[in-house]
Amino acid sequence: MADETHYDTHGESKPSADSPKTMGHEWDGIAEFNNPLPRWWVIVFMVCIAWALVFAVVMPSFPAAHRYFGGLLGYSSRADLRANLGETANARSQWLEPMKSLSAPAIVANPELLQVAMRGGEVIFKENCAACHGIGGTGSKGYPALVDDEWMWGGTLPEIVQTITHGVRNEDPNSHNSMMPAFGRDGLLDRAQIATLADYIVAISSGQPGKPEGHTLFEANCAVCHGPKGEGTKENGAPALNNQIWLYGGDRNDIITQINSPRHGVMPTWQGRLTDVDIKQVAIYVHSLGGGK
Amino acid sequence: MSKFIHAKAEKNLLVLFLATFITVSIGGIVEVLPLFTIESTIEKVEGVRPYSPLELAGRNIYVREGCYLCHSQMIRPFRDETERYGHYSLAAESIYDRPFQWGSKRTGPDLARVGGKYSNDWHVRHLINPRAVVPESVMPGYPHLATTPLKMDAAAHLDTLKTLGDPYTDEMIANAQADLAAQATPDADTDGLLKRYPKAAVGDFDGEGDRLTELDALIAYLQILGRMVDFTKFDPGQADR
Repeated sequence: MADETHYDTHGESKPSADSPKTMGHEWDGIAEFNNPLPRWWVIVFMVCIAWALVFAVVMPSFPAAHRYFGGLLGYSSRADLRANLGETANARSQWLEPMKSLSAPAIVANPELLQVAMRGGEVIFKENCAACHGIGGTGSKGYPALVDDEWMWGGTLPEIVQTITHGVRNEDPNSHNSMMPAFGRDGLLDRAQIATLADYIVAISSGQPGKPEGHTLFEANCAVCHGPKGEGTKENGAPALNNQIWLYGGDRNDIITQINSPRHGVMPTWQGRLTDVDIKQVAIYVHSLGGGK
Repeated sequence: MSKFIHAKAEKNLLVLFLATFITVSIGGIVEVLPLFTIESTIEKVEGVRPYSPLELAGRNIYVREGCYLCHSQMIRPFRDETERYGHYSLAAESIYDRPFQWGSKRTGPDLARVGGKYSNDWHVRHLINPRAVVPESVMPGYPHLATTPLKMDAAAHLDTLKTLGDPYTDEMIANAQADLAAQATPDADTDGLLKRYPKAAVGDFDGEGDRLTELDALIAYLQILGRMVDFTKFDPGQADR
C-alpha cells in the first residue's frame, strides 16, 4: 500500500531532488519530514538560554537550605521600594516638612501650603473617607454629611483633626465617646411619653414651639445633652434637633426609633493608618467642603 | 549520539516517561523544596497569631463566597500600592492561612489591610447592598449572610488546624465554641478571648443582638485583616528579599 506519491504536501506527485528528507518511517503512506529547525529560531533559543544563565548569576535566583543566592547585583524589590519611597519623601519634603510642625490653621494661613494640602486632602478623602461620607462628603443615613455647617463633634479645624485622628466610639481610648440612653428599650420612658417627645422634636425641628408636656419631658430627659433649645452640644456629640438636618431620618417614626433604641455611629481611628500630615491635609479638605467653622 | 537518544525517546514509552518525569521534577524540586527549609522566606515579626474561631468561620465564608475572585490580599512592594493600601504584605502574615488568599484579580480593592478601615455598620450595609454606600460599586450583595445562622464545630475545626501545625493550645480548643459566640455578642465577657486572640475585633457586628450569623463571622474576619503585625517593632532591612 505504501505509495510514495502521497507524502508530498505541496501537491507534487513525485519526490524531487529538493524534497526534504524523511525520517525513514511510514505508516499508511504517511511519512515524517526531517526538516532542520529554522536557523533564526535556533539562534533565539540559544540567546534565551544564555540570557537566563546571566540573569541567574546577577539576580536573586538559586535557593539553598537556609538562604538563597542573592545575585551579584544584590537586587531586592523591597529595598528598591524603600529607596523609591525615600526619593518621593525627599521630593515632597519642601511641602510636607513645614506641615509637620505647623498646626492645621497655620497651614491654611499659608496659601502655597493650603493649595498642596487641598490636593493631598482630596486624594486621601477619596480613598479613605468617601466610602462612608460619600464622594464630596454628602453623607448618607448614619454617616454625617460634611458639606453642611452642622457638626456633631465640632467643625473648627482643630476639632476636625481631633475627630479624624481618634475617630468615634472605637477602641482608641481618645476617641469621641458618648452613648444616648435607650429610653424605650431600657424602660426609662413609656410609649406615650416617647410619642409626646417625638411630636415635640418634630415641632421644634421646624421652628414651632411644641406642646408644653413635650417641653417638660424634653427638659427632663434630653436638654442636658441636646441643649435646652435642642441646639445640640459638641462635648457630647449630641446633634442639634432644632433644624432639619438628620443623621437617622427626621420623620416621626425615625425619631421614635432613635429615642427607643438609639444607634451609635462608629468612625475608625485613623492614627497609625494615616500620618499626622495626612490627617491635617484631609481635615483642611473637609473643612473647606462648605461648613467649616 | 543526540540523534540516537532522540529517536529512542520518541519510540520507547518508558524512556520518554522517565525523561519527562526527571525534567518536570527538577522544576518542582527547585521551586518547592527550599521553601520547607529556607528560613529567610518568612520575616521575623511580632503579633501574628492564629485566627480566632469567629474569624476562622468568617474566613471560610470568604473562601466559600469566592471573595478572592475579585479581591486580592497582597499589597505588592510598589509605591502606588503601599501609598494606597499601607505596608506591603509579608509572608509572615499568611502563615495561618490555609490556603492563603493572595489572589491575583482586583476587580475590587485589595483587602490585605482592610481591618479597622471601616466601621462594622458600614460592612453590614456594604455586604447586604454595596450600592447603599458605594454608588459606583459592581460588587454583588450578600444579604443571605445576614439571615443565615452561623454553624460551626469550632473545637473540631481548631483541632484539625492544630494537627496541621497551627499553634492552637488546649485552652483555645476547650474555649473555642464559647469564644465563637462571645466575639459577636454585645457586652459578653471577652477578656479571655482577647488574651487568647489579641487585637480581635469584638462587638455586635451585624447589629442583630445575640443572634450569631454568617455576617458576624465575615465582618470579624475582615476587621482583623492586616492588623496583627506590630509594625513599630518591624525592621524592614531584615525583610528585604
